[in-house]
Amino acid sequence: MSFPLLTVTAALPAVGAIATAAVPAARRTAAKWLALLVSLATLALAITVLIRFDPDGDRYQLTESHSWIADFGVRYELGVDGIAVALIALTALLIPFIILAGWHDADPLETGSSRWRPTQGFFALILAVEAMVIISFEATDVFLFYIFFEAMLIPLYFLIGGFGDRAHEHGEKTAATQRSYAAVKFLLYNLAGGLIMLAAVIGLYVVAGNFSLTEIAEARANGSLDMATDTERWLFLGFFFAFAVKAPLFPLHTWLPNAMGESTAPVAVLITAVVDKVGTFAMLRFCLQLFPEASKWATPVILVLAVISIIYGALLAVGQRDIKRLIAYASISHFGFIIMGIFAMTSQGQSGATLYMVNHGISTAVLMLIAGFLISRRGSRLIADFGGVQKVAPILAGTFLIGGLATLSLPGLAPFVSEFLVLVGTFTRYPVIGIIATLGIVLAALYTLVLYQRTMTGPVKAEVNGMPDLRVRELVVVAPLVALLIFLGVFPKPVTDIVNPAVEQTLSDVHQTDPQPEVEAAK
Amino acid sequence: MSATAVHSLWTTATTAADPIAKIDAPKIEYGQLSPVLIVIGAAIIGILVEAFVPRRSRYHAQMFVSAVALVAAFAAVVALAARGYGTTKAGITAMGAVAVDGPALFLQGTILLTSLVGLFTFAERRLDPEAHGNRVDSFAAQAAAVPGSESEQKAVKAGFTTTEVFPLLLFAVVGMLVFPAANDLLTLFVALEVFSLPLYLLCALARRKRLMSQEAAVKYFLLGAFASAFTLFGIALLYGYAGSMSYGTIAQVVDGTVQNVTPALADTMGNDALLLVGSALIVMGLLFKVGAVPFHMWTPDVYQGAPTPVTGFMAAATKVAAFGALLRILYVVLPGLRWDWRPVMWGVAIVTMLAGAIVAITQTDIKRLLAYSSIAHAGFILAGVIATTPEGISSVLFYLAAYSFVTIGAFAVVTLVRDAGGEATHLSKWAGLGRRSPLVAAVFAVFLLAFAGIPLTSGFSGKFAVFKAAAEGGAAPLVVVGVISSAIAAFFYIRVIVLMFFSEPRPEGPTVAVPSPLTMTAIGVGVAVTVVLGVAPQYFLDLAGQAGVFVR
Repeated sequence: MSFPLLTVTAALPAVGAIATAAVPAARRTAAKWLALLVSLATLALAITVLIRFDPDGDRYQLTESHSWIADFGVRYELGVDGIAVALIALTALLIPFIILAGWHDADPLETGSSRWRPTQGFFALILAVEAMVIISFEATDVFLFYIFFEAMLIPLYFLIGGFGDRAHEHGEKTAATQRSYAAVKFLLYNLAGGLIMLAAVIGLYVVAGNFSLTEIAEARANGSLDMATDTERWLFLGFFFAFAVKAPLFPLHTWLPNAMGESTAPVAVLITAVVDKVGTFAMLRFCLQLFPEASKWATPVILVLAVISIIYGALLAVGQRDIKRLIAYASISHFGFIIMGIFAMTSQGQSGATLYMVNHGISTAVLMLIAGFLISRRGSRLIADFGGVQKVAPILAGTFLIGGLATLSLPGLAPFVSEFLVLVGTFTRYPVIGIIATLGIVLAALYTLVLYQRTMTGPVKAEVNGMPDLRVRELVVVAPLVALLIFLGVFPKPVTDIVNPAVEQTLSDVHQTDPQPEVEAAK
Repeated sequence: MSATAVHSLWTTATTAADPIAKIDAPKIEYGQLSPVLIVIGAAIIGILVEAFVPRRSRYHAQMFVSAVALVAAFAAVVALAARGYGTTKAGITAMGAVAVDGPALFLQGTILLTSLVGLFTFAERRLDPEAHGNRVDSFAAQAAAVPGSESEQKAVKAGFTTTEVFPLLLFAVVGMLVFPAANDLLTLFVALEVFSLPLYLLCALARRKRLMSQEAAVKYFLLGAFASAFTLFGIALLYGYAGSMSYGTIAQVVDGTVQNVTPALADTMGNDALLLVGSALIVMGLLFKVGAVPFHMWTPDVYQGAPTPVTGFMAAATKVAAFGALLRILYVVLPGLRWDWRPVMWGVAIVTMLAGAIVAITQTDIKRLLAYSSIAHAGFILAGVIATTPEGISSVLFYLAAYSFVTIGAFAVVTLVRDAGGEATHLSKWAGLGRRSPLVAAVFAVFLLAFAGIPLTSGFSGKFAVFKAAAEGGAAPLVVVGVISSAIAAFFYIRVIVLMFFSEPRPEGPTVAVPSPLTMTAIGVGVAVTVVLGVAPQYFLDLAGQAGVFVR
């Protein structure tokens, strides 16, 4: 038996989480370093996965398969395709930065405060989320995926509800109420989605007799497993509902602004850049493969919802007064693009969507983490409380601008490539949808640039005066991510090479080929 | 002499010349009944202990007798199962009165283990502050003393303790052991009464809030007596219909496969009204014990008023026993009638799931909340009962095992959170518990997550098993309702977690008592079972799977 690389990649952060939680209360700093080391080691493992993965090889590689709960037909089956590899790499890459950015987020407040912030718990929960996200990307057994898809909610719930910003414009008491509201809303939305998916998972078992993605997909492909049209559609809807809550897609998106607004910036990054990707990833891996016909059936509605997400998210972002909520709505708009790319059912659309997942992860991380640094300096999340920061803290403002420009998909930065691919991919099949979605880019320019203008330019506000620029720790967080944004913007080939074969296979599952360009025959 | 023969006595003339010669000496398979016999013996010894052992040493003596008996009975169950009495050698013993088969042994094992854990919470004596230098448990010093009276004060001062709770517990266990194994209707009824009466008594014995406790006991007794009367009436009607008390014979009559049809039988067996009304009344009595809507009214009041260790024991073990009996009635006696009872049970399951989950949202007392949650869970289990497949049986068995340990653990945690007035069960007092005692709050959160059915806990495995069986048994709409009510139920479980972890602690809030190793064991076992059945349920699913066949 070969070395279980995938298991170890997922298990390491899990073990790290337990170890971090077990560090004695007084040794706070040791716990932080331990968490950081574990996340770096996980990154090393993820890079190993990336290297050992052969884009032109089998569809699922590094597979592991063990019997687990035979009674339920559940197996412990792992395997990665190009899409999963890219997202595992993204997750493992972002977590060290998230930990580093949140280095002081869970320090106890001054003595006498009733706030309770166990540092160990904060970092342990982040690692626990990492472990569950990674195993969700790896699982090729529907049940195994489901378990971690659901279980992931618990640590996230505590991260959102237990740790908020120190600064809150309405005082500590309101902050606590809003935080716990956000946490409960997050949990209920996702739990409801998950439970509906549970009914579909059970239904799938009744129809298929096992949970193995590869077996079911194969049986579907060669016709040995026939689903009634209605059954397939209901099951598809059950799965899609859960993923659309997670992703999040209009009209199931309303938990995200609350969750991102009330949690600390690193946790917000964890939610939007890492965890939400499980939703879009699962659409590609489970919805399209298991229910190809139903996916095609639902495409028109989903595309319309995606476009609404794009435009509506962007419009709401324009109107936000709170920096973090603005970024949250911008993310909703971007998830609209990702889902649109997936369901355009073209190779450009889907590789664009996958690439978009990676790029959105990085660009949101840059923007949100710097916003977090900014907010902790000023003690407020309101855009109106800032002004002229670029004169006081030029590096902070500069990197924030790069993050913002990435968000609006400026050519030369990574998200441009993916957004372009998604739009081209959509346009070839659904021109009207493609054109409307383009409006999203215009609005993106509006909300990003206005945000920059109001916070960074203009006269220096009194409270902003004397604001320190990025510290070394913060630079360590920001610089590599910015470099990556530029690198992938100029040279996205490494990612597309890994992703493309997997996308082709997914498309062939859905029996779709790219529409041929209509060219007048020359000869 | 079989029951059928008795039935014919008063309708046709007996042909036997010498009635004495016809009476066979009863043949009792003592070995196969050993689990029940051991506990009965211990309960009787417990009474003798109460009579002859000096007051000072009674507690320890009773503890010892009860623990040894439960462990020995469990060992006997395991030995029987190991010898194949659950599978190949399954059969009917004690002159047709008791079945020894897979479900019976599985449920008896579960009941014995939960009772053992329950016994630990009964015996806890470190939670309340010492009264006049005597350690006290959760039970009234002297049950007969009027609450608030002088004699009560005297009893407390003298350091009396109600050590009778141990034999009462054992008697209840005896009834519960027989209940799911009963193979004729009279045994069923006797078992029902044997475990109900001690429970009525135990409910009245709380040390604190005695009036509430007595009120709970009276309510439980009155409603329980009604339910028993219904059951008894149903038994009478069913006997009138089939001319027999024995499950097997009744089933044959219901199926129409009965061999020798006496004229009397031929007369009654066409009477569907007897059959339908009789079965409905019996099932009603069982649904009452299970706590299914619309027979659930007693649950919140009794759960709230009873001493918490009793509540935990009752919520866990009664449910196991009652569902066992319900399964046997529906699967062994009335399978021929399933086209009649399935739609009714569908309705009951749906209403139970939804009502339990919805009403729980408005509760402000943790014990009442858990009571409504237990109603919702009864609905989930009913979904598995309705499957009418072997998978249905084994999924219900598994669910019961998983659920009972979570329940008993959760109620054990409730006993720890206390203020000056005893247990602080009002939810507002639990605010901020996670900051004061992170460990206790975390353990309780684990139980709540298991109740909510979050993956990697036993609650999820159980729910999945039951829903899967229901879906395979063609009850897909039930699964959808189950999932929806799970989502509703999740809301109030999460609310408690929010309260514990994200709310500011109250300045005059309760303290968490440090329990003795007894309660710690109870809680520890609960957590361990919750996690093990959540992460690696295969062995236990196998066990339940092998146990999924009733003998007939």
